[in-house]
This record gives sequence, structure tokens and C-alpha cells, in this order.
Amino acid sequence: MPVILTTDALIFLLIAVALGYGVYAAQHEHLRAPWRSVARSRVGVAALVVIGCYVLIGLLDSMHFHPRVEPVAASSAAPAATDAARADAGGAAAAPMEARYSTQVLSVLDVILSGLRERQEKTFSAPFATHLFVKEPIEQPDGSIVRGYPPLEHGGAHLKDPSRRGFDIAVRTVLGAIKGLLVWMALTAGLVWLVAHARGETFNDGASAIWQARTTVPWRVLLLTLAVMLVLGFVAAELAAGYHILGTDKVGEDVFYQSLKSIRTGLVIGTLTTLVMLPAAVILGIMAGYFRGLTDDIIQYLYTTLNSIPGVLLIAAAILMLQVYMTNNADQFASLVERADLRLLFLCIILGVTSWTGLCRLLRGESLKLREQDYVQAASALGVRHGTIISRHILPNVLHIVMITVVLDFSGLVLAEAVLSYVNIGVDPTMNSWGNMINSARLELAREPIVWWSLAAAFVFMFTLVLAANLFADVVRDAFDPRLARVR
Amino acid sequence: MTNALLEVTGLTTELPPSRGGERPVRVCDDVGFSIRPGETVALLGESGCGKSMTALSLMRLLPLGGRIAAGSVCLGDQDLLRLTERDMRRIRGGRMGMIFQEPQTSLNPVLTVGAQIAEAVRVHAGMPRAGIGARVVELLRAVGIPDPERRAEEYPHQLSGGMKQRIMVAMALAGDPELLIADEPTTALDVTIQAQVLQLLKGVQRERGMAVLLITHDLGVVAETADRLAVMYAGQIVEQASVAAFFAGPAHPYSRKLLESLPAADKRAGALAVIPGRVPPLDQDFTGCRFAPRCFRAMERCHDTVPGWLDAGAEQRVRCLLWEAGTPTFAPVAAQQATDGEEAAASADALLSTDDLKIHFPIRRGLFKRTVGHVKAVDGLDLALYAGRTLALVGESGCGKTTAGKGILQLARPTAGAVHYDGVDLSRLKPARLRPYRKDLQVIFQDPFASMNPRMLVEDIVGEGLQALGIAPGRAERRQRVAALLEQVGIGEQALGRYPHEFSGGQRQRICIARALAVEPRLIVCDEPTSALDVSVQAQILNLLKRLQQELGLAYLFITHDISVVSYLAHEVAVMYLGRIVERGSTAQILGEPRHPYTKALLSAVPVADPERQRDIIRLEGDMPSPANPPAGCHFHPRCPEAIEDCAAAYPDERRLADGRTVRCIRVQTD
Repeated sequence: MPVILTTDALIFLLIAVALGYGVYAAQHEHLRAPWRSVARSRVGVAALVVIGCYVLIGLLDSMHFHPRVEPVAASSAAPAATDAARADAGGAAAAPMEARYSTQVLSVLDVILSGLRERQEKTFSAPFATHLFVKEPIEQPDGSIVRGYPPLEHGGAHLKDPSRRGFDIAVRTVLGAIKGLLVWMALTAGLVWLVAHARGETFNDGASAIWQARTTVPWRVLLLTLAVMLVLGFVAAELAAGYHILGTDKVGEDVFYQSLKSIRTGLVIGTLTTLVMLPAAVILGIMAGYFRGLTDDIIQYLYTTLNSIPGVLLIAAAILMLQVYMTNNADQFASLVERADLRLLFLCIILGVTSWTGLCRLLRGESLKLREQDYVQAASALGVRHGTIISRHILPNVLHIVMITVVLDFSGLVLAEAVLSYVNIGVDPTMNSWGNMINSARLELAREPIVWWSLAAAFVFMFTLVLAANLFADVVRDAFDPRLARVR
Repeated sequence: MTNALLEVTGLTTELPPSRGGERPVRVCDDVGFSIRPGETVALLGESGCGKSMTALSLMRLLPLGGRIAAGSVCLGDQDLLRLTERDMRRIRGGRMGMIFQEPQTSLNPVLTVGAQIAEAVRVHAGMPRAGIGARVVELLRAVGIPDPERRAEEYPHQLSGGMKQRIMVAMALAGDPELLIADEPTTALDVTIQAQVLQLLKGVQRERGMAVLLITHDLGVVAETADRLAVMYAGQIVEQASVAAFFAGPAHPYSRKLLESLPAADKRAGALAVIPGRVPPLDQDFTGCRFAPRCFRAMERCHDTVPGWLDAGAEQRVRCLLWEAGTPTFAPVAAQQATDGEEAAASADALLSTDDLKIHFPIRRGLFKRTVGHVKAVDGLDLALYAGRTLALVGESGCGKTTAGKGILQLARPTAGAVHYDGVDLSRLKPARLRPYRKDLQVIFQDPFASMNPRMLVEDIVGEGLQALGIAPGRAERRQRVAALLEQVGIGEQALGRYPHEFSGGQRQRICIARALAVEPRLIVCDEPTSALDVSVQAQILNLLKRLQQELGLAYLFITHDISVVSYLAHEVAVMYLGRIVERGSTAQILGEPRHPYTKALLSAVPVADPERQRDIIRLEGDMPSPANPPAGCHFHPRCPEAIEDCAAAYPDERRLADGRTVRCIRVQTD
């Protein structure tokens, strides 16, 4: 049974808005041209592929449902351990029976990663380890108890001889790489066929055109980036089936799984916050600049005041208030996931409230300039109403600023989430996020030997996303900034 | 010409392909000319013909990606194109100085002007540190800046436009150049300031025996300052001549048309000559004469034979095949007899009149935005506009003419006074009540690039008023009306689905006119509609405006600083100075025999495209005072050459002269 969390709904709304914008942009040359130049930039295309991979994972993680519970299995197995695949099979078999659903909320990504999710260890283990990271009393077959590193329940459990681990890893890596390349070749063939078809050439000519970078869109860069991502993905999948490739955390959860689950949190914070703040920033900014006078004064004082309150303080206050509310009204929330989701949404809103002022200020300045433009004057001389002037003359001419700000803000917000979670006013502790990973790993940094993998994993995943987003933002800015357009 | 100071031969410059283009743009193609010491050579042509690029090629300051493909530039016996960049740096500002069009942006706003001149002195003069200050003062004095010691300590924003251009000249003089390249040095300046700067250039040139390469599009400036000229068209020089020979009889059909398209009083009755089409794109190979597609004398051969240089007189050479068979005869411009008969019919009732119109902008300071003063942009304006007639509002920049236009349109709400139209006072109406009147009063702006929303289609731009005022609410009906309008202004309905950036300046101005005409107005405020356009395009727009007035009986308020346009188009003239009208009367009265000292000075400063005509420029001291703090008494008296003591006492009342004009000056006798 599908569950639509509030943030899920907003994500789909955001996708709808983005699609709407895409259709609108396709019809307007002044919007189409910059996007075309984005698509022709090599860096832009490469960044887009990386971001695309993240978005795909995020979207898979945004389709939630209650898994169906097989009545027989439900009595024997604990509901928490229900395997969704098994539930599906059971559902198909017991079609006439009344379906029963678990109260647990899972996402499509959880189903795909069910192996990772369920293979829990007792506590810390290093990446690719076959034994726990800490010594524990182990009962020997002869009944004596020895303190040592017990073998992991899942990681490397398939190995008969632990000393052949290196060979096994190599075999799996090669296997994963081959699988990845096979998929890549299939995709490449499809793409080459499409490109060749569009150019009216034969398949071979199309392929050589792409390979020699004679196409306007840098397909070669796209394919190479895609190859890297696919090979990495398949190698990771192949290895993760047998090992904890990024180790396990304090309670034995797979860090790789946590990192993947954190992607959605990062994306939600980065995009929904923008969605929340955009209407306020755009409407107020344009109003202040266009109407000037009292309207301008009020809006200016509003954002100056808001800007003077330390953002972290405001966020802390809001989150603490929400926490109190949730503790007092615990029965309103059907599940922990819903609670965590509400907190995430609230965090987005409060981040939006504290971050709209920058864009608002930019738009006010631009509107101040635009309202004195001759075409706005001509429109008022023609008796055009204020609302129409704003929507027809001002808004389309500030859209590039909005676009640039949105893309630039994204990476900042992803990083902000990590910082806020670190000081415990971020997302719910039960929700996977890079911030929480870092937060829980910080104490372990003091251990000897050091537990570094949680931190490193969060860092690598976040770094890749933020780097891709920043590179993409640069390309978008170059394409949309009218002053730069003239230089070229 | 062995004694030439600068000898340019076969200069060919290429810029990288423009967006969407494949081939490089050849902005200069086989450009050759020479300049003798102490001589002024003018490079004349319309925008996009490669004048500025020629100058930048000489200085080797081409924009990124530009390269000089062929040719040589010899300054004395040095070939500049073979020098290293290091040596070239010493030439720039040393033996060759350059001044640019825009004095506002050529100076660094955070350094004092003295420091900026000192920098130029230090680089080129190589003199001891102690002498630099004295040299700066000397240079400032040389360019006629009063009180140079104090001025050297000031920042660019404290100086007026004319002063800044003088500073630029001083900087160019710092290295004692043998050649000064002046790229449109006065285009951004008012006529009175332009006269000052041109005079200064001439004086400096005479004193130092410096050669000047003057780049301009203004035939009047050429006639007054240059010794010889070269006409550029589409990257090529098409005619070279001495100024006297050129104005006596231009040899190239292009030059001829340029001269004929200048508006003037004696062309009032008819339409101005126009050059059809536009300058061709320069990223192609030309197989024939570049001007052939637009030429009124084009022959078959012109399209496939590249013309070489032919002699067209002792001091005149031309690239035109017409001259192969000896001197061609050009039909003399029909001396059109001014027929004032149809113009004279002015209806007795004014269509719109203003009564003591005042527009003041408050100056606010401090935390609570306290009003500490007012900029009196328009300070008591009385005008009357009649159907089918044109009133020209003339004045220098900053005198409040644009604000006056906006006040009449209620785009800037007046502080006091009234605008009477159709029995109502527009200035007292609430915005909602005003909307029905919007239809009757329309506006055309100066800058055709800023006056259309770049994000809208031409169809929506022109149809905006029809939609907003509910004249043609249906889309199909609107489309039909817009198509008809575009046809009327000579654009054609294929423009409907295109964006403004696809059109040239003149075409855009036509679209703006169509937008204004769409709502069937009775009065159009034309705010310098042709000052951003080239001469030949200006002629097209003026012809169109004139035709529309005759067909539709429109009243124009024509705001301009260009006296030749006034003489061609206007019936009445009002001269504005610092927010007030100082003299008003019919065009013939004002232009023929100005009475107010300011009008006299203004008219005397206008360069005339006729080297024979000598005129005495009445030189005005200083700049226009700030409208926030106008001088007591007559606003003009501090600069007035005829001022007496009484002038400072009170602002003079309006005096009506016997011939019907009104003047505000106590020195004018009412007899």
C-alpha cells in the first residue's frame, strides 16, 4: 500500500514545477538558448550525469509504501524483519485473502537494498573486514572463553578461507566492472543509434562523430562519465553482496547503506527549501523594487530584521519547539518515519525562512532598475495594469537571477544540513543523513585505532554531490548571466 | 606623401565569428590612408562600418580573438605591427595617444584625476618624481581647466562630462604624442560642451603640431575640424578627399546619400533621402562593390567587379566604377521650395496645454529620510500642443526636457501645475480615472534597444496596448491589427513572431512607433527618437514620423538636442534651460534670429556640415548648474555673456515680442 509522506508530495510537486518550467522554457527562445549552451558545456554535462545518479537514488527513496505482510509469515517472523520480496511473493499466492499491511514504511530503494539493510552486525567493523573491530569474549568449541575478534555474521561470511579475501575481492571487482561495462555498452548503443538517427547518418558515422567530439552536445563526455558511474555502481553492488564495503557503525548497520539513504535527505533539504523560499523572495523582492515607497520600506525592514537574528538560533528554537510538540502529541504520528519526515519538512521551512532574504534583496535591486526601463514606462503609458507589468515585463527579466540563485544555493543548503545535524538541531536522529553520520562518528574519532569510515563515507558522498552541483551552478550562471553572454 | 607621419597600407583585421557564424568577421579590409604631421584626418562612417576597429588596430588593442591579418602601419619609420608588445606599450600613450567616446567610464572613480594624469606622466615622460606634480598642473592648464591645482585633487565624480573629456585629453597629451586618435570624442557631450572640446583639440593641435585621427559619424564635426577625410563603408574606405572637395561634391554614391539624408530647414517640404537596406554582414567574401545592393546608381558590373581606386579630382579618390568613364553626373538635389501653406493651418484650440507645470524630486537624507531639498527638474512649464503640429523642446542634457515629457504623459506625476487635456486636468486624476486618457497620449523613446522587452515577441509588444486598454481583446483581431500597423510603419507582418533582438536599431524604432500608434493616439511625445540612430536611418524615421503626422493629424512633442532635426520637422520650438522655457516661438523665428542669449549660444555651437560657412561660436563658460540649487535670479546669468547686475535680482518675466514669440530675458527689448 503506497504511503505518501509530506516531503514526497512536495518532491513530486517540485518535479511537476520543473517539468512545467521545462515546457515553458522550450517555447521561449530566451530561456531555451542558455539551457542549450548548458547542454553544450562539457563540465555541465558531466556534472549533470553525476547529479542525475543522485537524483535517481533520491527519487527511488521517495516512493514509500507499507509492505504487505503474509499472514502465515507474520505470525512466525517478526514484522520488522519482513522481506518485501517475500511479501510480494506471498501476496501473489494469497490473492483471495484479505491483504494485511505492516505498519513499517519502506521505500523502493529499501527494497532494492534489502540485502544491505538486513545484514546487520553486532557493532563496528572496518571496510571489507571479516571480523569485528572490537575484541569480545568468544566461546570456543571446547567451551573455554577467549577474548578475540569474532568473525562477522555477514561480512565475508561466504569465504571458506579468510586468507583468500583479496582474491575474492579482485574477482568480484572485475565481475562488477564487466557487468557495468555491458550495461554501459547497451546504453551507448541506444544513444548512438538515437544520435545517428537525428543526424541522418549511419550507426557507424554517428559513433565516430560522437567519439571524435564532432557533435554539438558533448555526448562523449556524457558517455565517459556514465561509464565511470556505472562501473563504480556495479562494482560496489557486486562487492556489497559479500562485504560491508564501507564498514559498519556502532550498532552494526552498514555504512554504505546509510550513505545511500542519506542522499534523499540531502536532496530534499537542497531543493524543498528553495521551493519554500522562492514565492516569498520573488513576490516580496519584486514588489519592493517595483512599488517602492512604503511597500519598499516595510519589506526592507522585514528582511533587515530577519537577517539580524542569528540563523542558527532561530533554527534551534523552531526545532526544539517542534520536538516538544511531537513528544506531547505522539499519538498523531502513525510511525517514526512520519515523525522524522515532519521534522525534515520543518527544517526545510525554517531554513527557507532564514535564507530568502538574499534573493529578495537581489530581486529588489533588479526590479528597481527594470521599472525605469523604457519598456516598462511604455507599458504604463499604454495603461497596462501593475499586475500585468510585473508578470509580463519584470518577472521574465529577473528569472535568470532566480535560476542562478537556486542552483548556487543548493550546495550551500546540503552543507548546512550537515552542520545543523552535527549540532543536533538538524534532521531527526532516526533519519539517515550525512550530518547524522558525521555526528555519530565524531566520538569515534577519538578511539585508538580510529574509526574513520563513517566520516569518510559521508564526506565522499557529500563532496561528490556538492562538487557536481557547484560545477553545474557555474555553467548555469555563465549561460544565464547577460553580462557574460556579451563577452563571448 | 613620403613625409607622412602615419602610413597605413592594406590593413586587414579579423574578429572571431559572431555567435552562430562560422567565418571570421573582417572588420577592416584593405584599409589604407596616411596622416601628415599637424594634420587632422577624419574617419567617417555609420556604426558597424569598422571605424573604431581601425583605430584599435592601429593601437594594437583589438578585443580578444581579434587579429591583424595583413597590412602595415608605419609611424614614422617604425612598423608598429612588427614591434614587440613591450615596445608597443611605449608607443601607446607615448608617440600615439588615444581618447575615447565615453569620458564617464574612462576614468577610475576611486583615484583623483591628478593621480591618473600623473600615472600617464610617470610612464612616458620618465621625469623625476618631484617634477610630476608641476607637469600635471601644466597639462591641466593646457586643456583649459580653471584652477588646475585644486582640480588635480578632485575625483572624477566631482567633474562634469566636459571636464572629464578634458582630463582624458590631458592624459593623452602626457606623453607628448605625435598622433592623437580621438574615437568619437564628443558624441556623448552636449553641443555647447562639444564646441568647447573641439576648440580645445584644435588649439592643442596647433600649439604642438600634433596630427589627429578623428573618428566620427557627425558630418558637421568633420566639416569644422578636419583637413582631410576618409569615408568608411562595410570595413573598407570608399572615398578619400580633402574636406573642401568632399563637401563641394562627394564622389561616392554612399557619401552623396549621407549628405543628402542630413535633415535641414531647406528640406522641410519633402522627404529626406534615404539609403535602403543595411550594412551587409562582414563575414562574407564580397565579389563586387559592397555598396551595390543599396546603391541608387548601381550598374550590372557593380555586382561582380570589385572597384579599385579611381581619381575623382585633384584631392579626391574613390572606389566606384562610375568614375571609370570620367566624371559622372549626379542629378542635383531638387531644391525643394518650402511650402508652408499646408503647415500653417494651426487650429485655434490647443489639444493639450500645460499650465505652470512643476516636477520636483525630493532629496532625502539621513536615517528618517528627511527631505532636505528638491531637484527642480521642471519648474513652471507652459506649453500648448496643437493637432497636426510639432513642438520641439530643445535643450542640453539635464535641463529637464525628458522629465517634462514624462510629466505630460503622467509617467512622472507633477508636483504642481496642471496638464489640461480634453477639458480635464490630467495631473489631478487618480490612476484608475487616468487610464481612458492613456490611449490618446503615447511615447517613443530614445534608445530602441531598451524600449522593448527582450523577452516578448513583436506581436505581443505592439499588441500590448490593444490588450491592456481592451481595444482589441480577441487574439485573432489583435493579430490582424498589429499586422496592419507593422505594414504601416514599413516593417511587414513577417515580423510578428520574432524577437526584438533580431532587428536593427531603425527597425526597432519603427516597431516602437507601431506600438504607440496601435492605440490610435492624438499626441505622441517623441523623446529623442533618432539620436541613437545613424544619419541614413534617422532620415527614414523622420520621414515616417512626418508622413504619419500628415496622414493621421498627430500632435508631436519632439524632445531633442539636435537642431538640424528641429529645423526639418518642427513647427514651433521651445528652448529649455534648467527646468524653464527661456524662449518660445516658431521654428523660423527661433532658428533664424534667436533673441535669448542662451538660444544664441546653443545655436552657434551646432556644427554645420558646410566648411564654407564660418560662424562665431559663443563660448559658454562652465557647465549647467545643478537643478537642485539653481542660481538666484535668471538661472542663466552666471554663464551669460550679456548679463548685467539686474539679472541676478529676480527670474525674468515672460515677454511677448512683436513677432509673437515669448522670451524670458530682461535684456531683450519688447518693441
